[in-house]
Amino acid sequence: MTIDIFLQQLVNGLTLGAFYGLIALGYTMVYGIIGMINFAHGDIYMVGAFISLIGFLLFSALGVASVPVAILLVLVVAMVFTAVYGWAVERIAYRPLRGSQRLAPLISAIGMSIVLQNFVQLTQGARVKPLPPMVQGGYRFTLGTDAHLNVSLLQALIVFLTVALMAGFTYIIRRTPLGRAQRATEQDATMAALLGVNVNRTISITFIIGASLAAVAGLMATLYYGVIDFFIGFVAGIKAFTAAVLGGIGSLPGAMLGGLVIGMIESFWPVYFDLAYRDVAVFGVLVLVLIFRPSGLLGRPEIEKV
Amino acid sequence: MLKVRGLHSGYGRIEALHGVDVDVEAGEIMTVVGANGAGKTTLLMTVCGHPRAWSGEVLFEGRDITGLPMFEIGRLGIAHVPEGRHIFPRMTVLENLQMGGYAVDPRHFDADLQRVLAYFPQLGNRLSQRGGTLSGGEQQMLAIGRALISRPRMLLLDEPSLGLAPLVVRQLFDIIADINRDERMTVFLIEQNAFQALRLAHRACIMVNGRITTRGTGAELLADPAVQAAYLEGAAPSAEEAP
Repeated sequence: MTIDIFLQQLVNGLTLGAFYGLIALGYTMVYGIIGMINFAHGDIYMVGAFISLIGFLLFSALGVASVPVAILLVLVVAMVFTAVYGWAVERIAYRPLRGSQRLAPLISAIGMSIVLQNFVQLTQGARVKPLPPMVQGGYRFTLGTDAHLNVSLLQALIVFLTVALMAGFTYIIRRTPLGRAQRATEQDATMAALLGVNVNRTISITFIIGASLAAVAGLMATLYYGVIDFFIGFVAGIKAFTAAVLGGIGSLPGAMLGGLVIGMIESFWPVYFDLAYRDVAVFGVLVLVLIFRPSGLLGRPEIEKV
Repeated sequence: MLKVRGLHSGYGRIEALHGVDVDVEAGEIMTVVGANGAGKTTLLMTVCGHPRAWSGEVLFEGRDITGLPMFEIGRLGIAHVPEGRHIFPRMTVLENLQMGGYAVDPRHFDADLQRVLAYFPQLGNRLSQRGGTLSGGEQQMLAIGRALISRPRMLLLDEPSLGLAPLVVRQLFDIIADINRDERMTVFLIEQNAFQALRLAHRACIMVNGRITTRGTGAELLADPAVQAAYLEGAAPSAEEAP
């Protein structure tokens, strides 16, 4: 493989990794705070993609001609509305089951996943929805004779936006009272409540943050692939979940790293091997990691004194 | 300051408190001693709303707090140092203390931190260390420090001596006495270590099987032969009175 193909796949993998990382954060945060896998999270991402699409159509109908302004508006709208969905899912399907056995909210999550898919299918139709390319152009770097590296503007935007969001988000979790309350709830919910933390509200905020990050991923998917349908949440969700487990479920840097690893595998696999086996490779790596590092790449079990 | 009236509470269908009445007066150290499983921890936790009271009432500064959610009770000026300390293990000592100030105006934090470190200078060297890596005694200090940062008017202490070396227990109880004296802090102390607790307490009562059986001043109970026999090992044994 020549250096230009290598660099090109690196850029593509980084873009994919940004997607998966953003979605994986939602899985890992929810797991961290209430110990359940939110199987409806992939569908929250799908809802985010649809809201983005509707937003673009709406704003262009309203005469917003500038593409950057449109993207910024849609970003805000998608994050807000998707957050409402994420909040509602927790409120309706998970909170009433809190304190019951672990399996109950899991089944409820699968139920919510089906509900969201069918809701979008019914209201938006089952056909694939296209969006004309909005962000065009990019940078072309010449690496030698006949060797070029193409970075589209959209790829740069996706990576930049993801890095900015992840940095801001890490700051919130590490340094603010809200982040401390979240971590405290995660580690000892009863004690957090004794100190005055409204545990229910903290959990709601976790779902809201997770859903709005998924909305950004949904917006990016809409722009990047140009087509969406009601079923995109399933595969993206499973892959992002894999990323979260790969990185160590419950670990935020782990989710980002896991996303990156999955993105890289997906972009490099077809260079060497048959594209048809790409997903097999992704899940194969998951199996290997779980065999040799059961708690994931960064999910080191802490040694604590009791 | 705290009035508990006819409190019934328990877990699932098992009742652990069968009508408990306790008063804690402002500025005093009140202690409840009793054996394992007598319901002491349940009493303290029910005051904080977890588990909820089945019947009876809890009044704090004249206000009925029986039905309030746990986090609101935590914001009223009641600081709970639970059994087993419940330090956040993967947060640093400083972050644990910051959690104590969660419901307090952050402008107070620096002064409050200095106040806590004056009582527990050991914690000062460990601020950036994770809570889970502290020794048992240090964790207990951190738990009390975290409670103090919340600027409480009443401190609930559940078995602070649990699992600590006798010397550390002595030290800790001296500090509790200091806090009570210096800050006029009301302290509601639950202990199995009856000798240390009664020595410290202004008033005390004994809990047996979910009921308060004996009340008096700390000194009175310390001198009571029945109490000595049952709870104070080695002091005036009289076998037939032991439960």
